[in-house]
Amino acid sequence: MRFSFTDEQDQFRGVLRRFLAAQSPSTAVRQAMASATGYDRASWQRMNNTLGFAGIHVSEDAGGAGFGYQELGIVMEEMGRALCCAPYLGSAVLATEALKNGATRAEQAEFLPALVSGERTATLAWMEAGDRWHTDAIAMKARESADGYLLDGVKRYVVDGHTADVVIVAAYAPAASGATDIALFAVQAGSSGLERRLLTTTDQTRKLAELSFHAVPARRLGEGGPAAAALARTLEHAAVAVAHEMVGAAQALLESTVEYAKLRMQFGRPIGSFQAVKHKCAAVLLEVELAKAAVYYAAAAQDEEDPQAPALASMAKALASEAALRAGTEAIQIHGGIGFTWDHDTHLWFKRVQSTAVLLGDAAWHRERYLNLTAATA
Amino acid sequence: MNEYDEARVREDVRAWLAANWDPAAPLVDWRKRLADSGWGVPHWPTAWYGRGLPVALNKAIEDEFEAIGAVGVARIGIRMLAAATLLAHGSDAHKARFLRRILTGEDTWCQLFSEPGSGSDLAGATTRAEFDGSRWRVNGQKLWTTSAHHAQWGLLLARTDWDLPKHQGLSYFVIDMTQPGIEVQPLKQMNGYASFNQVFFSDAEVAAENLLGKVGDGWKIAMTTLAHERRNADALRRWGHASNRPGRIYDEERAEIATVMEPYKWYPQRAGRVDLVLPRAEETACIDDPVLRQDIARLLMMARAGEWLAQRARTAQELGRPEGPEGSLGKLAASHVARAAAAVHTAISGADAMLAGSDGPREGLVAEILLSVPATSIAGGTDEIQLNIIAERVLGLPREPRLDGGPFRDVPRNPER
Repeated sequence: MRFSFTDEQDQFRGVLRRFLAAQSPSTAVRQAMASATGYDRASWQRMNNTLGFAGIHVSEDAGGAGFGYQELGIVMEEMGRALCCAPYLGSAVLATEALKNGATRAEQAEFLPALVSGERTATLAWMEAGDRWHTDAIAMKARESADGYLLDGVKRYVVDGHTADVVIVAAYAPAASGATDIALFAVQAGSSGLERRLLTTTDQTRKLAELSFHAVPARRLGEGGPAAAALARTLEHAAVAVAHEMVGAAQALLESTVEYAKLRMQFGRPIGSFQAVKHKCAAVLLEVELAKAAVYYAAAAQDEEDPQAPALASMAKALASEAALRAGTEAIQIHGGIGFTWDHDTHLWFKRVQSTAVLLGDAAWHRERYLNLTAATA
Repeated sequence: MNEYDEARVREDVRAWLAANWDPAAPLVDWRKRLADSGWGVPHWPTAWYGRGLPVALNKAIEDEFEAIGAVGVARIGIRMLAAATLLAHGSDAHKARFLRRILTGEDTWCQLFSEPGSGSDLAGATTRAEFDGSRWRVNGQKLWTTSAHHAQWGLLLARTDWDLPKHQGLSYFVIDMTQPGIEVQPLKQMNGYASFNQVFFSDAEVAAENLLGKVGDGWKIAMTTLAHERRNADALRRWGHASNRPGRIYDEERAEIATVMEPYKWYPQRAGRVDLVLPRAEETACIDDPVLRQDIARLLMMARAGEWLAQRARTAQELGRPEGPEGSLGKLAASHVARAAAAVHTAISGADAMLAGSDGPREGLVAEILLSVPATSIAGGTDEIQLNIIAERVLGLPREPRLDGGPFRDVPRNPER
């Protein structure tokens, strides 16, 4: 349903929201962001045992719950709202989608159940040095070895890349002749020649890593054909998922800001009674609601295999990126000095949206992509 | 409503139409029959030309009318706001006198709310109505009045008590627009059209029985009219399209629609004509400009998301869910879209954006967009008022302290003209 949620979806959201409020108070967020792993493994297991988080959009025969992208969106939105620190984006979204789109059934049956149960985690490494979001910026090319493939080179901006048990790597097949000859490879975290370095990030609640490959043994996934389309589809699903996360975070930022504006007294009245402040809040609400309309629609389009889904994914990401950044910026502004302190929680959400607005392509990049995919000539 | 109910209603309306629809009848005669049957406004109460059916079934009923080309009751213009207000606050005598002639199209109505001195602050009206023992005498000025020049009746908000606080001193009247004490003049707008009127009252009269509700109920009743205006915006548009079938009854309906819709012909331009952006970008080769591409994409996304936001509000209403924030945001979204569209059209047109009429791009249509868009963020509640409403009613932020309490005669206001 593109314009509303079902009662079941609303109930699911309600359960999630209560669960996450208990699991992920800001004290837990601060603990997780200060840790090297970035999340608490016991808590991650609990989430998956209780609510089947990681497999919400995975078919039942692979151990998942068999729901679709709208339900995945609900999970992402609520996690964004709670700023929950978990290997969800890397493992449950990026790696799981890469496997769903680019691996054989047998490979899916081999990898997915452990990801769904939370026993193991995975991630997707596709970007390299530089900051380009086009998959044609990939340069890494696999070599054939006696019993498989070897990878050399550097992958960057790998979400939870320092902790994932399995890394799905996008690189050219050895005999590649064109851009579509990208293949997906599975690399075990403990492989020889793989160096993993945790990058220092603006958003400490989301860990990014640099992975250096020196003749690392890799296993090629899929039927052997080009995987560029599978990678593109994976990134589209991930873009809509993080767009959900951003509208969830934006909603949390707006709500905490409005609450503060009602309570904070200056010049003998609550600051929320000044039009300069209340108009900002209303303008943020409008932007967030517009973004939600686009984000929910994009997920429904993915569930329905709508041919417009690729363009709609870019629209969702662009609108959510700008709305969330606006919500974060105004949240700090309206909180005033206290909002710029480390002890106040606003900066945690601000950093998440500041960073996620860039992840998987910023608003300008997605606007260009949207126009390319929708305008008749370009 | 379940499928069975919709199916049964469709069956009933089909049967009634089969027995009664007469394309050879004069328009008003047909509409009298239709109004009396209850199928013209099935969501109205049974006692007053309706069948007490849920609004949700209207679409199915309209479909049945459209399928055989049957003409509906007169529904465009201010008349339906008048009808909704009369249904909610009128006496049985008012309903008996006015409602049927609204539905048949015999009477046209106008809304006399805005004044030169009270725009956003509608409750600051200073047009006065004084009771002389037998009738009300009205003096003052209204403006932005659509259709006043051919209306039989007006919905008038006027001050009846200057010693009460602002909102309590207003009363609501039905006023005869065809009397000598009323002068109607066209009001020319910055885009060259004159779609509205200014209305001057010099000892205009209102019969005692044409007070709606009680003295002092004016603001409450005006809120009913305005709420209906907001809710019904779509219905007005849907009913503004004339059938292209041949025949006398259709000719009469087309003439009626042409008259009522005349003031609205620049409204698509006022909304920014987002539909023209890509064709214009292509015919000017601006589609290859990377900076403009960003602005175009931003605009197209905003417009699309705005439509979906409105659709979310309608869907929630249809499902009987509580109203979310979506319903209050549509007008503001449309206003942002219009402004962004004007900016993009300007950029696309380059130097030609300075030209209008037959010298301008698209025979002056682009100029008309640029000079009509400023109305969008003002008409029907300025952006600033919308932001206040959203902040206070949706987000629950505290109201601004006010300086307009106490007796209205002491409240600072604009000088009388």
